[in-house]
Amino acid sequence: MTTADDTRLAMQGTIEALTTGDGSEPVVVNLGPQHPSTHGVFRLKVTLDGEIVQDAEMRIGYLHRSMEKLAEERTYTQNIPFTDRIDYLAAMSNNLAYCLAAEELLGVEVPPRANAIRVMFAELQRVASHAMANGTFINDCGAWHTPLFHMFRDRERVLDMFEMTCGARLTTNYMRIGGVAFDLPDELLPTLEQFLADMPENIANYEALLLENEILHARARGIGVISPEMAINSSLSGPVLRATGVPWDLRKANPYCGYEDYEFDVPVGEQGDCFDRFLVRMAEVKESLRILRQVVDNLPDGPWLADVPLHARPEPGESYARVESPRGELGFYLVSDGGPAPYRFHCRPPSLINLTALKEMSIGGTLADAIVTLGSIDIVVGEIDR
Amino acid sequence: MTDFAQLGSVLGAWYDFRDLNNLQRLITEWIADWGPDWLASIIAGVLGTLGILGVIGPTLLILIWVERKVIARFQQRYGPNRVGPKGLLQPVADAVKLILKEQLAPRAADKLIFFLPPVLIFVPGVLIWGVLPFGPRMSVADLNVGVLFLLAVSGTTVLVIFMAGWSSNNKYALFGAMRAVAMSISYEVPMVLALLTLVVFSGTMSINGIVQWQQQEDVIFILLFPLSAIAFFFAASAELNRTPADISEAESEIVAGYHTEYSGMRFGLFYAVELGNTLVVSAFIATFFLGGWWLWGLDQWVPSWIILLVKTGAVYFLLIWTRGTLPRLRVDQLMGFCWKALVPATLLFVVVAFVERTLLISEGWDTTVALPIMAVFNIALTLGAIMLFARVSRPAPLRRPARIRMAGAEIGGLRAARQVASRTEEPQFQVGGD
Repeated sequence: MTTADDTRLAMQGTIEALTTGDGSEPVVVNLGPQHPSTHGVFRLKVTLDGEIVQDAEMRIGYLHRSMEKLAEERTYTQNIPFTDRIDYLAAMSNNLAYCLAAEELLGVEVPPRANAIRVMFAELQRVASHAMANGTFINDCGAWHTPLFHMFRDRERVLDMFEMTCGARLTTNYMRIGGVAFDLPDELLPTLEQFLADMPENIANYEALLLENEILHARARGIGVISPEMAINSSLSGPVLRATGVPWDLRKANPYCGYEDYEFDVPVGEQGDCFDRFLVRMAEVKESLRILRQVVDNLPDGPWLADVPLHARPEPGESYARVESPRGELGFYLVSDGGPAPYRFHCRPPSLINLTALKEMSIGGTLADAIVTLGSIDIVVGEIDR
Repeated sequence: MTDFAQLGSVLGAWYDFRDLNNLQRLITEWIADWGPDWLASIIAGVLGTLGILGVIGPTLLILIWVERKVIARFQQRYGPNRVGPKGLLQPVADAVKLILKEQLAPRAADKLIFFLPPVLIFVPGVLIWGVLPFGPRMSVADLNVGVLFLLAVSGTTVLVIFMAGWSSNNKYALFGAMRAVAMSISYEVPMVLALLTLVVFSGTMSINGIVQWQQQEDVIFILLFPLSAIAFFFAASAELNRTPADISEAESEIVAGYHTEYSGMRFGLFYAVELGNTLVVSAFIATFFLGGWWLWGLDQWVPSWIILLVKTGAVYFLLIWTRGTLPRLRVDQLMGFCWKALVPATLLFVVVAFVERTLLISEGWDTTVALPIMAVFNIALTLGAIMLFARVSRPAPLRRPARIRMAGAEIGGLRAARQVASRTEEPQFQVGGD
């Protein structure tokens, strides 16, 4: 909305107030850039009539780090650490999507063990990211951090596994063009086995705590509803789209890394409200555990990294690769002019595009509903602004 | 010489921990022997006030630690464990930090009204303690209209909160203050009605009188009027701004509500009073509904104030528990719950109390037989009322179950979505609904 629109709205309010005589006019409240529930530096400018949201406007760019431009100055391998920092809660998925795009450009064949390891870490990342998403969502509903801390336990264990494999917990920089940087350490598989054995009980605990909670139902059911048509038209993806009932999952629709070999289901919701998004994420964690079980049981031997020159110069051309990141369809578009660095490096961030539906979802609800809706979309501001 | 002999009995009374009031009474009697009357009453008042401040000051510091530790255990954490043994000195460290911090005031704030609330909010917070009976004769002021005093004094807190929110010149603070006012005014009604039940049934407005009635009749009020107890508990937790009713300082929505702009020790004072109020409300719940200092004769052997403290601790734990478990209700839901559920239910129980009181007094029913029957009847009525409310009040979106289906072969857009939705088999899982 422009300044002129702002003025018009304010004028409208004044005129209405004068004509109806109740002396009321809408209040504009800035949620953010520093606010407990904006999950980073993101600003939501809401126009409120009492507690009712009349208009919601997103102001983004506070975390802009110019990654796409910076990447044009670095070689293909040097760009991998940037992708960690785009979506810092799903670094593995971002590594993977970028490496897939670069491999397509270079025409590299990835060894089967590397593919299995990639699937393993992408799914572990999904478990960690959904733990974070659901925990903070309940926090936005007003719980006093308890579900968040319980879910953080699981996330901690996943991050421990990342640490023992590649030394980093958050910004992993683990995938390489043509495979992964290191083979699995000896202690990883027993840890993962233990994790897989413990998770069902933990999930049962969360379900016992949250699923039948009347207050959570009252806060999240029928809130932030979006129709499947509108979701598709807004090109939403990930759990936000699947909660509306559209069964769209890139792991099934456009398999990569051998996802077609694993058996798993795509959970979809019905109403497209905040609670369905929460449930879809809960169900997806279970499916991820199923995939992890199959990966561990069928882990192939062999090399984990193809023979790719460190400073590869691909032929001039372009490539686009997309993966199902925890937040939705994550794509990387690379253009090569034959040089050592990409001519163009573009990221299709699911958070940004999912966020565009926030206005549609939150107008007409209360301020508290808008916060819950924002939490249920599960944004990562690093990915929105890049 | 005689004075010294009396002083000896004063010291002797000090060792009788069952009733600390002996000490105060004997000191004032001793003073009254040689001094003017007004001196004795002033000293009695000062002693009582000092006693209260001496109790709540340290208790608050310990409570901060207790609350943080208990919440931490709910959340699979250790809680504070760095400062002092087991982190016991953490509240002291926090207080020192808050005192050392700069006191900021927004440039556009209404300065005088902005400075007053952190001080003013202490007044009702301390006054309420005056009518709390720690024992048969252990209260600073055993008013014959104690219940009225309690409600009147606790009602003034909202004015201070509104002063804080209005003068800050901050939209979050204003929202918090408006919510606090709306909620306080609403929840005062079920609170008054819940206490009215007890007043009607026991025939006294004295708080100590209500405890003594429970002692005489050998019954605690939570058994006789469980719904009033539940309503009072919920209304009190709403008045205290605690989850699930902490809308006036909802962190995820309006940052910190009415005290958003307060920094340093000014914030600390709000925080301390909030904790103190939580403690005193727990104590009053224990007094009204759990028999206060009385516990089926055990109060003859154990100091009565220890019994009260244990009961208070149990209620306080319940408050921490709800806070650590439940999400927050929305403003309209909270108001709806108050006016559509708590007010009619407590009103119903006022009528029930009238009828039962009449049966006891006018018809002369034998209390040993009548009270258990009434308790059973009231408990059944409470369960019925709660179940009726749960059925009637569910909003439309909650009546439908939330379903998660697994898309099998269908992957794609709208057509696939329709295929999945039209499947007749049972969904993978299903939550809620009627």
